[in-house]
Amino acid sequence: MMNENQHIEHKTHGYGIYVLVWIALMVLTGVTVAVAGINFGGITVATALLIASVKTYLVLTIFMHLRTETLVFKIFIGVALFFLIISFILLFTDYSFIVRN
Amino acid sequence: MSSTEHIVSHLHRDDIASRMGMWLFLFTELLLFGGMFILYSVYRYNNPDAFHLAAKELDTIIGTFNTAILLTSSLTMALSIAAIQRNNKSLSIFFQLMTVVLALGFMINKYFEWGVKFHYGIYPGSEKLLSKPTGEILFYGLYYVMTGLHGLHVLIGIGLILLMTYYTAKDIITYDNYMKLESAGLYWHLVDIIWIFLFPLFYLIT
Repeated sequence: MMNENQHIEHKTHGYGIYVLVWIALMVLTGVTVAVAGINFGGITVATALLIASVKTYLVLTIFMHLRTETLVFKIFIGVALFFLIISFILLFTDYSFIVRN
Repeated sequence: MSSTEHIVSHLHRDDIASRMGMWLFLFTELLLFGGMFILYSVYRYNNPDAFHLAAKELDTIIGTFNTAILLTSSLTMALSIAAIQRNNKSLSIFFQLMTVVLALGFMINKYFEWGVKFHYGIYPGSEKLLSKPTGEILFYGLYYVMTGLHGLHVLIGIGLILLMTYYTAKDIITYDNYMKLESAGLYWHLVDIIWIFLFPLFYLIT
Protein backbone atom coordinates (compact mmCIF):
# COMPACT_ATOMS: atom_id res chain seq x y z
CA MET A 1 0.00 0.00 0.00
CA MET A 2 2.80 2.35 0.92
CA ASN A 3 4.63 1.54 -2.28
CA GLU A 4 1.50 2.16 -4.30
CA ASN A 5 1.07 5.60 -2.74
CA GLN A 6 4.66 6.52 -3.43
CA HIS A 7 4.14 5.35 -6.97
CA ILE A 8 1.13 7.66 -7.38
CA GLU A 9 3.01 10.59 -5.82
CA HIS A 10 5.89 10.06 -8.17
CA LYS A 11 3.62 10.16 -11.22
CA THR A 12 1.73 13.39 -10.48
CA HIS A 13 2.57 17.00 -11.23
CA GLY A 14 2.12 19.77 -8.69
CA TYR A 15 -0.40 22.59 -9.23
CA GLY A 16 2.49 25.01 -9.76
CA ILE A 17 3.86 23.52 -12.97
CA TYR A 18 0.40 23.69 -14.60
CA VAL A 19 0.14 27.38 -13.78
CA LEU A 20 3.67 27.96 -15.14
CA VAL A 21 2.78 26.20 -18.41
CA TRP A 22 -0.42 28.26 -18.64
CA ILE A 23 1.58 31.49 -18.24
CA ALA A 24 3.99 30.31 -20.96
CA LEU A 25 1.06 29.51 -23.26
CA MET A 26 -0.47 32.96 -22.70
CA VAL A 27 2.86 34.71 -23.35
CA LEU A 28 3.37 32.68 -26.55
CA THR A 29 -0.15 33.64 -27.70
CA GLY A 30 0.79 37.29 -27.13
CA VAL A 31 4.00 36.78 -29.13
CA THR A 32 2.04 35.16 -31.99
CA VAL A 33 -0.36 38.13 -32.19
CA ALA A 34 2.48 40.68 -31.94
CA VAL A 35 4.62 38.94 -34.57
CA ALA A 36 1.65 38.70 -36.97
CA GLY A 37 1.65 42.51 -37.14
CA ILE A 38 5.19 42.53 -38.49
CA ASN A 39 5.60 41.37 -42.07
CA PHE A 40 8.42 38.85 -42.30
CA GLY A 41 7.34 37.90 -45.82
CA GLY A 42 7.55 34.20 -46.51
CA ILE A 43 8.55 33.17 -43.00
CA THR A 44 5.50 34.77 -41.31
CA VAL A 45 3.45 31.55 -41.58
CA ALA A 46 6.48 29.50 -40.56
CA THR A 47 6.91 31.66 -37.42
CA ALA A 48 3.24 31.25 -36.49
CA LEU A 49 3.42 27.47 -36.98
CA LEU A 50 6.67 27.25 -35.02
CA ILE A 51 5.14 29.05 -32.03
CA ALA A 52 2.01 26.88 -32.31
CA SER A 53 4.26 23.78 -32.27
CA VAL A 54 6.04 24.98 -29.11
CA LYS A 55 2.63 25.53 -27.46
CA THR A 56 1.51 22.06 -28.58
CA TYR A 57 4.68 20.54 -27.13
CA LEU A 58 3.94 22.17 -23.76
CA VAL A 59 0.31 20.96 -23.76
CA LEU A 60 1.34 17.42 -24.78
CA THR A 61 4.12 17.00 -22.24
CA ILE A 62 2.61 18.69 -19.18
CA PHE A 63 -1.19 19.01 -19.53
CA MET A 64 -1.52 15.62 -21.26
CA HIS A 65 1.05 14.07 -18.88
CA LEU A 66 3.30 12.66 -21.60
CA ARG A 67 6.37 13.60 -19.55
CA THR A 68 5.45 11.08 -16.85
CA GLU A 69 4.08 8.41 -19.21
CA THR A 70 6.00 5.25 -20.01
CA LEU A 71 8.24 5.01 -23.07
CA VAL A 72 5.56 3.04 -24.96
CA PHE A 73 3.29 6.11 -25.00
CA LYS A 74 6.06 8.38 -26.24
CA ILE A 75 6.88 6.02 -29.10
CA PHE A 76 3.16 5.52 -29.84
CA ILE A 77 2.53 9.26 -30.16
CA GLY A 78 5.85 9.93 -31.87
CA VAL A 79 5.01 7.44 -34.62
CA ALA A 80 1.51 8.91 -35.10
CA LEU A 81 2.86 12.47 -35.37
CA PHE A 82 5.67 11.33 -37.66
CA PHE A 83 3.26 9.83 -40.17
CA LEU A 84 0.89 12.79 -39.94
CA ILE A 85 3.75 15.18 -40.78
CA ILE A 86 5.04 12.85 -43.52
CA SER A 87 1.60 12.80 -45.15
CA PHE A 88 1.48 16.61 -44.95
CA ILE A 89 4.91 17.06 -46.52
CA LEU A 90 4.41 14.44 -49.25
CA LEU A 91 0.99 15.74 -50.23
CA PHE A 92 2.09 19.33 -50.30
CA THR A 93 5.35 18.81 -52.20
CA ASP A 94 3.51 16.59 -54.68
CA TYR A 95 0.83 19.22 -55.15
CA SER A 96 3.23 22.14 -55.59
CA PHE A 97 5.20 20.03 -58.08
CA ILE A 98 2.06 19.49 -60.17
CA VAL A 99 1.19 23.19 -60.02
CA ARG A 100 4.67 24.30 -61.09
CA ASN A 101 4.58 22.02 -64.10
CA MET B 1 -21.49 -15.90 -1.84
CA SER B 2 -18.49 -17.68 -3.24
CA SER B 3 -19.59 -16.77 -6.77
CA THR B 4 -19.66 -13.06 -5.77
CA GLU B 5 -16.13 -13.32 -4.42
CA HIS B 6 -15.12 -15.00 -7.62
CA ILE B 7 -16.44 -12.09 -9.71
CA VAL B 8 -14.87 -9.48 -7.45
CA SER B 9 -11.46 -11.12 -7.54
CA HIS B 10 -11.55 -11.11 -11.34
CA LEU B 11 -12.73 -7.52 -11.60
CA HIS B 12 -9.63 -5.79 -12.85
CA ARG B 13 -8.89 -2.56 -14.60
CA ASP B 14 -6.09 -1.55 -16.89
CA ASP B 15 -5.33 2.15 -16.64
CA ILE B 16 -2.58 2.08 -19.24
CA ALA B 17 -4.87 0.40 -21.79
CA SER B 18 -7.61 2.97 -21.03
CA ARG B 19 -5.27 5.84 -21.76
CA MET B 20 -3.86 4.13 -24.84
CA GLY B 21 -7.38 3.60 -26.18
CA MET B 22 -8.08 7.29 -25.67
CA TRP B 23 -4.88 8.23 -27.50
CA LEU B 24 -5.90 5.96 -30.41
CA PHE B 25 -9.18 7.84 -30.63
CA LEU B 26 -7.30 11.14 -30.54
CA PHE B 27 -5.18 9.99 -33.51
CA THR B 28 -8.37 9.56 -35.57
CA GLU B 29 -9.33 13.10 -34.56
CA LEU B 30 -5.92 14.26 -35.70
CA LEU B 31 -6.53 12.70 -39.12
CA LEU B 32 -9.99 14.29 -39.33
CA PHE B 33 -8.62 17.79 -38.73
CA GLY B 34 -5.32 17.01 -40.50
CA GLY B 35 -7.15 16.43 -43.78
CA MET B 36 -8.77 19.83 -43.44
CA PHE B 37 -5.45 21.50 -42.69
CA ILE B 38 -4.08 20.02 -45.93
CA LEU B 39 -7.12 21.39 -47.79
CA TYR B 40 -6.51 24.75 -46.17
CA SER B 41 -2.83 24.88 -47.10
CA VAL B 42 -3.50 23.95 -50.75
CA TYR B 43 -6.24 26.58 -51.15
CA ARG B 44 -4.17 29.21 -49.38
CA TYR B 45 -1.19 28.37 -51.59
CA ASN B 46 -3.40 28.99 -54.63
CA ASN B 47 -5.16 32.12 -53.33
CA PRO B 48 -2.72 33.96 -51.03
CA ASP B 49 -4.14 37.45 -51.70
CA ALA B 50 -7.81 36.47 -51.37
CA PHE B 51 -7.06 34.67 -48.08
CA HIS B 52 -5.25 37.76 -46.83
CA LEU B 53 -8.18 40.03 -47.74
CA ALA B 54 -10.82 37.70 -46.30
CA ALA B 55 -8.89 37.13 -43.05
CA LYS B 56 -8.81 40.90 -42.45
CA GLU B 57 -12.58 40.72 -41.93
CA LEU B 58 -12.16 38.39 -38.94
CA ASP B 59 -12.02 39.97 -35.50
CA THR B 60 -8.49 39.39 -34.14
CA ILE B 61 -9.47 40.67 -30.68
CA ILE B 62 -12.33 38.14 -30.29
CA GLY B 63 -10.00 35.43 -31.66
CA THR B 64 -7.23 36.27 -29.18
CA PHE B 65 -9.73 36.48 -26.32
CA ASN B 66 -11.15 33.07 -27.23
CA THR B 67 -7.63 31.61 -27.40
CA ALA B 68 -6.96 32.87 -23.88
CA ILE B 69 -10.29 31.41 -22.67
CA LEU B 70 -9.57 27.99 -24.16
CA LEU B 71 -5.99 27.89 -22.82
CA THR B 72 -7.30 28.79 -19.36
CA SER B 73 -9.94 26.05 -19.59
CA SER B 74 -7.15 23.58 -20.37
CA LEU B 75 -5.39 24.77 -17.20
CA THR B 76 -8.48 24.26 -15.03
CA MET B 77 -9.00 20.80 -16.57
CA ALA B 78 -5.40 19.82 -15.71
CA LEU B 79 -5.85 21.27 -12.20
CA SER B 80 -9.05 19.23 -11.66
CA ILE B 81 -7.04 16.05 -12.29
CA ALA B 82 -4.25 17.24 -9.96
CA ALA B 83 -6.92 17.88 -7.30
CA ILE B 84 -8.54 14.44 -7.57
CA GLN B 85 -5.07 12.83 -7.41
CA ARG B 86 -4.69 14.55 -4.04
CA ASN B 87 -8.13 13.25 -2.98
CA ASN B 88 -9.56 16.78 -2.98
CA LYS B 89 -12.99 16.01 -4.41
CA SER B 90 -14.65 19.41 -3.99
CA LEU B 91 -11.68 21.28 -5.49
CA SER B 92 -11.70 18.89 -8.45
CA ILE B 93 -15.42 19.48 -9.02
CA PHE B 94 -14.86 23.23 -8.74
CA PHE B 95 -12.16 23.14 -11.45
CA GLN B 96 -14.30 20.90 -13.69
CA LEU B 97 -17.22 23.33 -13.45
CA MET B 98 -14.87 26.23 -14.15
CA THR B 99 -13.72 24.42 -17.29
CA VAL B 100 -17.37 24.12 -18.38
CA VAL B 101 -18.01 27.82 -17.68
CA LEU B 102 -14.96 28.83 -19.73
CA ALA B 103 -16.00 26.50 -22.56
CA LEU B 104 -19.47 28.07 -22.54
CA GLY B 105 -17.80 31.50 -22.66
CA PHE B 106 -15.88 30.35 -25.73
CA MET B 107 -19.11 29.25 -27.43
CA ILE B 108 -20.91 32.50 -26.52
CA ASN B 109 -18.08 34.48 -28.14
CA LYS B 110 -18.34 32.23 -31.19
CA TYR B 111 -22.09 32.88 -31.29
CA PHE B 112 -21.56 36.63 -31.38
CA GLU B 113 -18.69 36.35 -33.84
CA TRP B 114 -20.70 34.25 -36.26
CA GLY B 115 -23.80 36.36 -35.57
CA VAL B 116 -22.04 39.52 -36.80
CA LYS B 117 -20.86 37.70 -39.94
CA PHE B 118 -24.39 36.40 -40.60
CA HIS B 119 -25.76 39.91 -40.03
CA TYR B 120 -23.49 41.24 -42.79
CA GLY B 121 -24.69 38.44 -45.06
CA ILE B 122 -21.49 36.39 -44.95
CA TYR B 123 -22.53 32.79 -44.41
CA PRO B 124 -22.19 29.66 -46.55
CA GLY B 125 -24.28 29.96 -49.69
CA SER B 126 -25.27 33.61 -49.14
CA GLU B 127 -25.57 35.87 -52.21
CA LYS B 128 -23.09 38.36 -50.82
CA LEU B 129 -20.47 35.68 -50.20
CA LEU B 130 -21.01 34.03 -53.59
CA SER B 131 -20.48 37.38 -55.34
CA LYS B 132 -16.96 37.57 -53.86
CA PRO B 133 -13.84 36.17 -55.61
CA THR B 134 -13.36 32.38 -55.48
CA GLY B 135 -10.48 32.59 -53.00
CA GLU B 136 -12.59 34.43 -50.43
CA ILE B 137 -15.47 31.96 -50.84
CA LEU B 138 -12.99 29.16 -50.18
CA PHE B 139 -11.58 30.96 -47.14
CA TYR B 140 -15.01 31.43 -45.57
CA GLY B 141 -16.01 27.87 -46.48
CA LEU B 142 -12.98 26.53 -44.63
CA TYR B 143 -13.48 29.03 -41.79
CA TYR B 144 -17.06 27.90 -41.16
CA VAL B 145 -16.36 24.18 -41.54
CA MET B 146 -13.16 24.08 -39.47
CA THR B 147 -14.17 26.42 -36.64
CA GLY B 148 -17.66 24.86 -36.79
CA LEU B 149 -16.31 21.34 -36.37
CA HIS B 150 -14.04 22.61 -33.61
CA GLY B 151 -17.05 24.29 -31.94
CA LEU B 152 -18.93 20.98 -32.13
CA HIS B 153 -16.00 19.36 -30.31
CA VAL B 154 -16.20 22.05 -27.63
CA LEU B 155 -19.93 21.35 -27.18
CA ILE B 156 -19.28 17.59 -26.89
CA GLY B 157 -16.48 18.39 -24.43
CA ILE B 158 -18.89 20.40 -22.26
CA GLY B 159 -21.25 17.40 -22.09
CA LEU B 160 -18.38 15.05 -21.36
CA ILE B 161 -16.93 17.16 -18.54
CA LEU B 162 -20.39 17.58 -16.97
CA LEU B 163 -20.74 13.79 -17.00
CA MET B 164 -17.33 13.55 -15.28
CA THR B 165 -18.51 16.06 -12.66
CA TYR B 166 -21.51 13.82 -11.99
CA TYR B 167 -19.21 10.78 -11.70
CA THR B 168 -16.91 12.67 -9.33
CA ALA B 169 -19.84 13.74 -7.16
CA LYS B 170 -21.10 10.12 -7.09
CA ASP B 171 -17.60 8.83 -6.14
CA ILE B 172 -17.35 6.82 -9.36
CA ILE B 173 -14.26 8.92 -10.08
CA THR B 174 -11.99 8.83 -7.03
CA TYR B 175 -8.36 9.60 -6.18
CA ASP B 176 -7.26 6.04 -7.01
CA ASN B 177 -9.61 5.55 -9.97
CA TYR B 178 -9.72 8.67 -12.11
CA MET B 179 -9.01 7.35 -15.63
CA LYS B 180 -12.40 8.59 -16.90
CA LEU B 181 -11.48 12.11 -15.87
CA GLU B 182 -7.98 11.70 -17.31
CA SER B 183 -9.43 10.59 -20.67
CA ALA B 184 -11.88 13.50 -20.74
CA GLY B 185 -8.88 15.74 -19.99
CA LEU B 186 -6.90 14.27 -22.88
CA TYR B 187 -9.84 14.96 -25.21
CA TRP B 188 -10.18 18.51 -23.92
CA HIS B 189 -6.47 19.27 -24.39
CA LEU B 190 -6.63 17.97 -27.98
CA VAL B 191 -9.50 20.38 -28.68
CA ASP B 192 -7.22 23.08 -27.27
CA ILE B 193 -4.28 22.02 -29.48
CA ILE B 194 -6.48 22.16 -32.61
CA TRP B 195 -7.48 25.71 -31.71
CA ILE B 196 -3.79 26.61 -31.17
CA PHE B 197 -3.31 25.93 -34.90
CA LEU B 198 -6.68 27.28 -36.12
CA PHE B 199 -6.15 30.65 -34.46
CA PRO B 200 -3.02 31.89 -36.31
CA LEU B 201 -4.10 30.25 -39.60
CA PHE B 202 -7.45 32.03 -39.75
CA TYR B 203 -7.14 35.19 -37.67
CA LEU B 204 -3.53 36.22 -38.17
CA ILE B 205 -2.86 36.09 -41.91
CA THR B 206 -0.63 39.01 -42.85
